[in-house]
Amino acid sequence: MRILVAVKRVVDFNVKVRVKPDETGVDLANVKMAMNPFDEIAVEEALRQKEAGKADEVVLVSIGPAEAAETIRSGLAMGADRGILVKSDGRIEPLAVAKVLKAVIDRERPGLVILGKQAIDDDSNQTGQMLAALVGWPQATFASSVVLDGERAEVTREIDGGLETLELKLPAVVTTDLRLNEPRYASLPNIMKAKRKPIEELTPAGLGVDVAPRLEVLKVAPPEPRKGGVKVNSVPELVDRLKNEAGVL
Amino acid sequence: MTTLLVAEHDNTALAEPSLRALAAARQLGSDVHALVAGRDCRAAAEAAALQDGVTKVLLADGEELDHQLAEPMAELIVSLAGDYGAIVAAATAAGKNLMPRVAALLDVMQVSDITRVVAPDTFERPIYAGNAIETVKSSDSKLVITVRASAFGPGATGVAPAPVVDVAPPRASANSHFVRAVIAQSARPELNAARIVISGGRGLQSADNFNKYLAPLADKLNAAIGASRAAVDAGYAANNLQVGQTGKIVAPDRDIACGISGAIQHLAGMKNSKVIVAINKDPEAPIFAVADYGLVGDLFEILPQLTAAL
Ligand SMILES: Cc1cc2nc3c(=O)[nH]c(=O)nc-3n(C[C@H](O)[C@H](O)[C@H](O)COP(=O)(O)OP(=O)(O)OC[C@H]3O[C@@H](n4cnc5c(N)ncnc54)[C@H](O)[C@@H]3O)c2cc1C
Ligand SMILES: Nc1ncnc2c1ncn2[C@@H]1O[C@H](COP(=O)(O)O)[C@@H](O)[C@H]1O
Repeated sequence: MRILVAVKRVVDFNVKVRVKPDETGVDLANVKMAMNPFDEIAVEEALRQKEAGKADEVVLVSIGPAEAAETIRSGLAMGADRGILVKSDGRIEPLAVAKVLKAVIDRERPGLVILGKQAIDDDSNQTGQMLAALVGWPQATFASSVVLDGERAEVTREIDGGLETLELKLPAVVTTDLRLNEPRYASLPNIMKAKRKPIEELTPAGLGVDVAPRLEVLKVAPPEPRKGGVKVNSVPELVDRLKNEAGVL
Repeated sequence: MTTLLVAEHDNTALAEPSLRALAAARQLGSDVHALVAGRDCRAAAEAAALQDGVTKVLLADGEELDHQLAEPMAELIVSLAGDYGAIVAAATAAGKNLMPRVAALLDVMQVSDITRVVAPDTFERPIYAGNAIETVKSSDSKLVITVRASAFGPGATGVAPAPVVDVAPPRASANSHFVRAVIAQSARPELNAARIVISGGRGLQSADNFNKYLAPLADKLNAAIGASRAAVDAGYAANNLQVGQTGKIVAPDRDIACGISGAIQHLAGMKNSKVIVAINKDPEAPIFAVADYGLVGDLFEILPQLTAAL
């Protein structure tokens, strides 16, 4: 079975982004970029399934600018087999990404597609669910455990009340949550090996997908600043201030 | 055109986030119908009918909708969508699971996690862990929206109940099945509805401490307990307690952060609380930059004192 993993190039999670002064977007000049952390978890999961003999190939796909090849390359260095870069400059929305992924699925015929639950830049939390709808497959979002068993997957999901376990018939779409695994670091030999692994280049137009955005971004503004407060020196002072100043006791 | 609110419920009452999503739905300016779907959920439909601003309740009740799996739920909503200009749900785990599936079937780009209705087709939503607020205008002919519940107030119950109309449940899902759920039982208020939240981080050092130091204070204040990702990852707290960019978003009257450094991903989940109190032994911890009241010191000494002083 082939596992397809969608990996997005995003701003590194340690970076606190700033809004551009003209409020047209966030300033990404000279900002460190990395693979979306949930997608690293997705790659790790696919590799573990392959290592356990449940899959025989792990293919990574990214939709984005030429630099997204670096993101694919870092997943190949973790151990994935090959990559597909669907080149697209400019803003691309989850619905369009899902349509591109559907077109890639039509070519690659994976038995399982793993995505992150959320891209930490747009914070949409949509793409996997949309993809599952477009291909008509069952979905298990926010996975904390994935057990593959022949034609089925048993997936445990992190939900608001606790945990829920579903059984899906493959092919299926799974999105990762934080507790699914801890992604490995790429070893130096694997980084070298990854340089020779193939990355195929495609375009949305070549796949017959219209990626024009449906949402117009009118403005990107900084959030309302929160005024820094005071330091108190003792528990009695804290209690007194909460009671008499903040009025919340 | 009318707005459809996809309501979350426990078979008897609507979930608090759905009541807040209703407030957002009403701001779209049209009538709001509520969809209550599940198995044996008529009581919840009757509760929905009493909400101020709900003019009709659609009740889809059947074993096909047991556990409200995304696949049959999406099929149901799409079959009803023709009558509606917008479909709205709270951005809870259930809403996030379901609504993009609906949106894609309708060929609509969902607007996720809105925090403000600027106009019926224009919304504010946080991006980059809340470090930027995006204003987006949709060009889709139908809208699919999830609502950040903490950004909207809960509604009130109305005077006269709205009519409850039965709709046929969809086919059961052929390819996905519910196996089991492990739901945390707690007598404390829900994180997303509590007026006071006490959150613990890695500074608590163990699951035993997490409970021993936070529970007495939470009980005294009738507060919900939350956690940082580090505390959840380390097994001090259950996953459903995680507050943050990728966990739950809370905005209580008071948030007390104990042994939490204040990473941007954590702040994203609590920085809109009215009053933030931080207890941390590191005076340079970033949490102090957002805290109204900061107390530098060892939480293992401070928390028992605070519990005793209240
Ligand atoms: C993709 C992604 C998503 C994430 N999502 C979330 C999220 O939703 N929510 C979230 O919280 N995090 C999230 N994180 C993690 C986040 O980046 C931080 O790692 C995490 O919030 C740190 O948790 P912490 O503050 O408990 O731990 P630490 O950063 O280790 O801080 C512990 C603090 O405790 C203090 N301390 C230690 N001992 C004591 C003591 N005895 N008394 C008083 N203070 C003490 C220390 O001074 C320190 O400031 C995410 C990260 C990634 C990459
Ligand atoms: N441009 C992209 N290229 C590849 N994968 C993507 C892209 N955008 C989103 N994804 C996948 O979809 C997941 C959820 O993203 P989102 O719906 O934008 O929050 C991510 O974690 C990725 O796995």
